[in-house]
Order: sequence, then C-alpha cells, then structure tokens
Amino acid sequence: MNILSLFVIIPLIMMAVIFCINGENKKLIRSVMTIGGVALLAVSVITTIEYFKEHGADPTAAFYLQEQFMWYERFNIRYAVGIDGVSVAMLLLSSIIVLTGAIISYAIENKAKEYYLWFLMLSVGVYGFFISIDLFTMFIFYEVALIPMYLLIGLWGSGKKEYSAMKLTLMLMGGSAFLMMGIFGIYFNSVPEGCDPTFKLDEIAAHVTMLRQNSSDVDTSLIDWEYIFFPLTFIGFGVLGAMFPFHTWSPDGHASAPTAVSMLHAGVLMKLGGYGCFRVAMYLMPDAANDLAWIFIILTGISVVYGAFSACVQTDLKYINAYSSVSHCGLVLFALLMMNKTAMTGAILQMVSHGLMTALFFALIGIIYGKTHTRDIREMGGLMKIIPVLSVCYVIAGLASLGLPGLSGFVAEMTIFVGAFQNADTFHRVFVIFGCTSIVITAVYILRVVGKMLFGPIQNEHHKDITDANLYEKIAVFTLIAAIAAVGIRPLELSDMIKDGVNVISTILAK
Amino acid sequence: MDYTNFLFMNHEISLVVVMVLVLLTDLIFGDKNKKLCQYAALGLFLAHTVLGLYLGHISDMGNSSPEVFADMYITSDMHILVKNILNIGTFLVFMFAFRWNTTENKEHSSEFYFLTLSTLLGMYLMVSSGHFLLFYIGLETASIPLATLVAFNKKQKESAEAAAKYVLTAAFSSGVMLFGISMLYVSCNGSLYFNDILEAFDKQPLQIMAFACFIAGIGFKLSLVPFHSWTADTYQGAPTAVTAYLSVISKGAAAFALFCIIGKAFAYAPEVWKNILWWLIVITITIGNLFAIRQTNMKRFMAFSSISQAGYIMLGVAAGSALGMSSLVYYVLIYLFTNLAAFGVISSIENETGKLNRDDYDGLYETNPKLALVMMLAMFSLGGIPPFAGCFSKLFIFISVFEQKEYLLVFIALLNTVISLYYYLLVVKAMFIKDPKNPIATFKSDNMTRVGLIICTICMIVLGFISGLYQYIESISF
Repeated sequence: MNILSLFVIIPLIMMAVIFCINGENKKLIRSVMTIGGVALLAVSVITTIEYFKEHGADPTAAFYLQEQFMWYERFNIRYAVGIDGVSVAMLLLSSIIVLTGAIISYAIENKAKEYYLWFLMLSVGVYGFFISIDLFTMFIFYEVALIPMYLLIGLWGSGKKEYSAMKLTLMLMGGSAFLMMGIFGIYFNSVPEGCDPTFKLDEIAAHVTMLRQNSSDVDTSLIDWEYIFFPLTFIGFGVLGAMFPFHTWSPDGHASAPTAVSMLHAGVLMKLGGYGCFRVAMYLMPDAANDLAWIFIILTGISVVYGAFSACVQTDLKYINAYSSVSHCGLVLFALLMMNKTAMTGAILQMVSHGLMTALFFALIGIIYGKTHTRDIREMGGLMKIIPVLSVCYVIAGLASLGLPGLSGFVAEMTIFVGAFQNADTFHRVFVIFGCTSIVITAVYILRVVGKMLFGPIQNEHHKDITDANLYEKIAVFTLIAAIAAVGIRPLELSDMIKDGVNVISTILAK
Repeated sequence: MDYTNFLFMNHEISLVVVMVLVLLTDLIFGDKNKKLCQYAALGLFLAHTVLGLYLGHISDMGNSSPEVFADMYITSDMHILVKNILNIGTFLVFMFAFRWNTTENKEHSSEFYFLTLSTLLGMYLMVSSGHFLLFYIGLETASIPLATLVAFNKKQKESAEAAAKYVLTAAFSSGVMLFGISMLYVSCNGSLYFNDILEAFDKQPLQIMAFACFIAGIGFKLSLVPFHSWTADTYQGAPTAVTAYLSVISKGAAAFALFCIIGKAFAYAPEVWKNILWWLIVITITIGNLFAIRQTNMKRFMAFSSISQAGYIMLGVAAGSALGMSSLVYYVLIYLFTNLAAFGVISSIENETGKLNRDDYDGLYETNPKLALVMMLAMFSLGGIPPFAGCFSKLFIFISVFEQKEYLLVFIALLNTVISLYYYLLVVKAMFIKDPKNPIATFKSDNMTRVGLIICTICMIVLGFISGLYQYIESISF
C-alpha cells in the first residue's frame, strides 16, 4: 500500500469511527476529527519528504510515488495515484485547511455528527482528486467532493441557504457535464494506431505527443478533436474555478455556507478547478490550449477585475470575501493561460496563497459573526478596541490579500505578473496590465473593510460585551497565519518544488 | 428437435411449476391459513430465483446457441442473466408488497402472486423470442395480467381509472404493433423469423412503416415519449407494489427485448432506426425530466422520473454495440435496486400513514432517519452521483454511446442529468432541510421491507466498486 492512498483511507476510517459514535457525544467526535486532521497533516508532511527523496533520485519523471490497480479492465480504468510538485503543494494546503476547518467547526452544535460525516466526505473527494492520475477516478472524486456541499450548505448554512445550495450544486454539476464530455473526448480520441484508449494521465500525454509527431507530416485533421474538447474541459473545470460568466454560484454559495465549509470550499475546492484546467485540459490538449487560450484569457481577465470591483460595493463580509475569491481564482486561471513557466508557477503559488488567505478570512468572519451576529460592515465599527486579537489577525489577512511583501500574496502575484509580462505580444501585455489593476482595487476593498469595521467609533453598544477568540479559535487562526507567513518569508523551497511540477507541462505547451 | 431441448427452457418451466404450486396451495390451504399461502409463494419463488442463478449456464450445457421450437425460442447466457435480474427484481417487489398482502390485500394475495408471475412468464418469452409471433404472445401475456394488477385495489376509484387507461392504451398499442408485424410479414417474404427479416429487409416503404409501428408498440411498454401518456395516471392509481413492478421489471424486459430485436432483425438498416431512436431518446429524457419537476405526488414523481430513466436505458439501444448491450443490462440491474429502494420507502410510508405527497416527507430525517437515508441514497444513485452505483451505470452507458461518435446525444443526456438532479434534490431537501409542519411519526417498518431495503442499499453502495460484475456482463454480451 502506497502512502498516498492514506489520504483517502484516513478520512474513510474517520467516517466509519464517527458513524459508530453516538451523536450526543460531541467531545469524542471532535477529538476524532482533530486527531484525524493532525494525522492527515503528518501524512502530507511525510509525503513531501518522500517526494523530495524520489525527486532527488530521478528529477525527470512526470509523477512520483506511483501506484496503480486495474479496476474496470474493459475501459482501462485504473485506481492510479501519483504526485508531482504541484500536487504536493495542494496536499499540504488541503491538510492545513481540513485541520483548521475541523477545529473551527467545534462551534457547530446542531447535528454535529452528520456535519462531520459530510465534511469528511468532502475531504475524501478533495484528497482523492489531488492524488489521482487516472482521469476516470479523478472525475469520480471530483463529484464526490461536490455533492456534500448541498447538504452542508442547506442544513448548516445561513441566510438564503436553500437557494444558494441548489444553485451551487446545479451549476457545478452542469460544469461536470461539460467536463464529462471533455473526458470522454480525450479518452476516445487520444489513441494512436496500435494503442488502447486509456484514462491514465501520463499515458494519454505520451499518446498525444505521438499523435502530434505523426500528424505534422501526414494529416493535421487527426488533432482536430482537441479544438472541440479543450473548451468543454476548460469550461467544466472553469465553473469550479469561478471563471466569468460561470462564477455566480460562488458568492451566494460562500455567503450561505457554514464557516468551515466556506473555508474548505474557497480554500481547496475552488482550487480543484484551477488544478484540473492545468492538469487535464492544458496538459493533455496542448495544441488547442495554445490556440484557444485567448478566449479564456479574456474571460478570466474579466473575472479578475470584475470580481474585485464587485467586492468594493458589497456590504456583507462574506460576500466581499467571496467576490475577492472570484477575483483571485480568476487570477489563477489567468496566469495558467499565460503558458509560461514563471507565470504558471505563480498560478500554483497563488492557489496555495489564496487558499490559506481565504480560509483565514472565512474563519475570522465566522468567528466575528458568531459574536456580533451581523456580517454587515455598516453595523460594525471599532472592533479593534473590543476584540484586538481577531482584529489584528484580520488586518494580517487583509495585508496578505493585497500583496504585502513578506506574506504569501506578494510572492504569488509578483511571480504571476513578472511571468505574464514576458509574453511580448500586445494582446498579452494589454491584458496583463488590465489584470494588474486588480491589485489596486483589492487594496481599496480590503482597506475599506478594515477602516469601517475595525477602526473608528464603536457603532453598536451591544458589541461592547463581546469577548475575544477562545483557545481553539486562536489555534486555528494562528496556524493559518503561520502558514501564510512561512510561504511569504521562505517562498523559494515551495516555488522550486512547484516549478519542477510545472516544468513537465510548460515544456509540452512550448513545443 | 429432441426433448432434451426443453431443458434449455428451465427458467420458464420452473416458473410455470411455481405458478401451479402457488395456485394449488391457495386452493388447499387458502380458506384456513392465508399466511401459509403467502410464505409458500415467497418461498417457492425464492427457490426458483436461486435455482435460476445456479442452473442453466448455456455454455455449460455444451451448446453455445441452442434452438428450441425451430429457432422460435433463443437463449444464451445473456438471456439467462436478464431473466435472473428480472427474478431478483420481482422477489424484491414481493418483499415490499408483503405487508400490503398481509393486511389490505389479504383476501387476494395468492391472486396477486399468480398474476405477477404470469406477467413475468410473458416477459421471459418476450426476452427469449426469435420470432415475432412468440414476441407478441410474450408481450400480451405480460400486459393483460398487468391490467388486472393495476386494478387490484378494487375499492379505489383511482385504481379502476388507472386500469382502464392502461388496458385501453395497451390494447391500442398492441393493435398498432400487430399491424406493423403483419406488414413485415407481407414485405419480408412471408416469414416472421428475425433471421429471415434480417435478410429480407431492404428498406421498402412498407417495411419502414412496419418498423415505425413496431417502435410505437414497444414504446408504449417502455413509456417512451410520445407514448407515455398513460404512465403517470397508471402509476399513481395502481397499488405501490404494482407501480414498482411496472417501472422496473416491465421496463427492463422490454428494453432488452427491443435491443435484441433491433440487433437481430434490423441490424442491416441502422439508418432507419438510428434517427428515430435519437429523437425518441432526446424527447423522452427531456420531457420526462421537465414534467417530473412539477410533480408533488411521489408516485407520479417516480412515474416521470422512470420515463426519463427509460430514455437513458434506450441510450444503450442507440449504441447498438456489444458494449451497448452490456451497459444496458448493467444499467437495468442498477436501476432495479435503486428504483426499488425508492419504492420500498414510498410503500412503507404509504402503508404506515397513507401519505404520498412530497410535502409529507418534510423533516423525515428527524423522525425516521434510516428511511430518509435510504431514500437519499436512492435519489443520489438515480441522479448519478458517485460513489453510488447509479453513477457507474450512467457513465458506462454514456461511454457506449460516445464510442459511436454520437457526441450531441451524450451531451444532451448529460445536461439532462443536471435537470434530473434538481428534482431528486428536492426530495432530499424535503427530508433533510425543510422544517416539518406535520411530520410523519416515528415507526418501524415490517421485517420483509427492512430486509429488502437493506439488500437494495448494500447493492447501491457496493455494486459500482465491483468491477467483476460489469466484466462478467461484458463477457457474455453479443
């Protein structure tokens, strides 16, 4: 048994254990969650070390720590796992957020057992997606991650939760319908003569390379399928990556979801979109990716700026952060489409950095909302005097988000824009400058919230009695801040690791 | 032909024996001990099911494609498997009907078993036919007792109305089909053997007309749009056990029979049926889905959901390949467990409280968590959510169509799964999220229903992961 399978097995065991515990015994359930979360974090650290060992031995392989079992032989469907630098980064990110999310969820009182069961199913899907290198199992895990959202938002959410849950589920499932088409298209068309169709990523990539070599001198129509299925796949994942105009589920969904679910969803689940675009759409259909990138550069460019502007006019804290997620996740896709090693590395860094930041934001918003019972920034003020610890943490999150050097946001955005500007043609340059404006707008909406909510006179007399964060909330928040600072202060190790993973794909794209 | 050939018909023969024994036990013990008759019927049918699973692998009998009655009756491992699937489904229906048969329907329980088994016999013949006449006889044997079954709640007006609708449309569609068969007879050199038709089919207008009539007739059995108008009323009025039987067993048998006939008799003229099927599938799935959204009565809801599911089953026919056949049979198998689980929950709630509306299910999770969980699994599986079995069967049937390069058809079907997910989620929402005004009180369902639901639940969760099952079906499909 490979260490990677533990990422799926541990949550499953936790589900089984929690299933057997009486729902009234919340303490026991919480401790199972915490122990499991720590175990997952430990496993991802061990995986990172193992990855570096294997990578040192053979720096050219596409995937490390591979393992596979044949599942459905007729279709060549395998349970195949493997990682590269990018997935290691994603696994670390997921583990941090699952652990902190589990700790933040201590506040859930109503049906805690069911809540944690669905929460764990969500993490099974997320982990499974990042470790799979077989398209079919990847898709299965992807959908496993989506469906718990419906009940998590619908049952434990707030506001217009039923509407948001349905909207989110249907839009994401619509996306996965597109995605399914794309996957079938890749499966059936990436078959050079004498080969069997396969779902395994590296085999498909090898097949596509063979097709490209053969087609250059004989018949170019052989690769036409890419032009049909690349947009389908990219849109399919793009829906989850909140690409304009398919982003509308995201603000409603995030605003209605319970705290930990918002954290996990914005922090990790939305990254599935970017990761999928990178790993499936661009890796397996490089020709179409090069030729059709301009369409999606326009769309994601709009997400970046439009999301930031929308965040400026919102008054609900969760909506502000949800729109800021649209903007930042748009930037991930935007940078990926720049097809250049530096920008793509920046994109993955941005995934990690945004995942941590947004999780921190949602955690803080959830804690503050639990105390003030309002998320409207017009009704809050002067919180810095009442709850200084939380307020300082909020300022740190805000500064990371607007790209203060020394925190993770700066590293990511800097890499993205430096890389993106290397594309010398006018179209790319214009859009890079257009995208850059989002940095300024981000500063506007972050500082607006900080100014209104944390400083100034105390708006509401009732807020004077509220207490600062308790111990477990502090643990969760400080863990996230530590991670953000770590990425910001020592970005080189992380970015080198990511670069090794990106390298494989950016070479294919550059051909 | 030598008499040992009858042994190839072991399913039919053993079923007839069971039927006769059911009648005899009712005759002898029926006045004193109805319960004994019930257990006898269930036990006998269970024995028949188990026997069917163990006996009769054709390949073991040393003859890969035996002919009985001069090729009128065909059988193979695949046919046997389909019959076994129908057996299992019927047995589950019996389990869910047990409570109804011991209370409301106590007087006529043996008739219920006998009539259901005779429709099953008809379906066996339909599935195994190699000649249009045998197919027609099978179809009628399956339809006419069903009309009686639909009318089984004699004191209910809806039941009578449902039966009237069913019997009228059934008669009409049989007429249309018979008309089509007679045209085939004229235009294909006076033979109704599938093999002869295959040779003689040269796309004369009369033959195409005949094919259209045939599709109309079988479309009625499968409740494909536009031959579906009887479905909702009949499903609603019939006793829930019969509705479950109609929606699963009857559909599965008809779909497999259609696949065999298209593959055998019309194989050389795909351009004739591909287009017809394409449009039938698209409108069946879409209209079934759109109407299901508006239903509030659970039985009507399941009726429209099963219409759209029939569209998905037909995708396997549209693929028309060996892969299509294995995906179709696999789909029917999974659909059987899933749909019967849903009907099991519906019938146990109906038996306990008489409630049938979706609003009545509000807050079911608070009072009856286990039933709500089973229902949720069934809904997710019907909607094709992994990791439940329904997802795998859907994906495989899509793969089989995609292989034929019918991209648009797959895409429409995929988008429709999103619509279908909406109304399946409405049920989940009612049970889990909504605040109940008038919740269903906590109750214990009877043991038979429980065992049935447990079987269905295990199958829904586990079957998708067992790749051997699909591999086996694939290895015997043709």
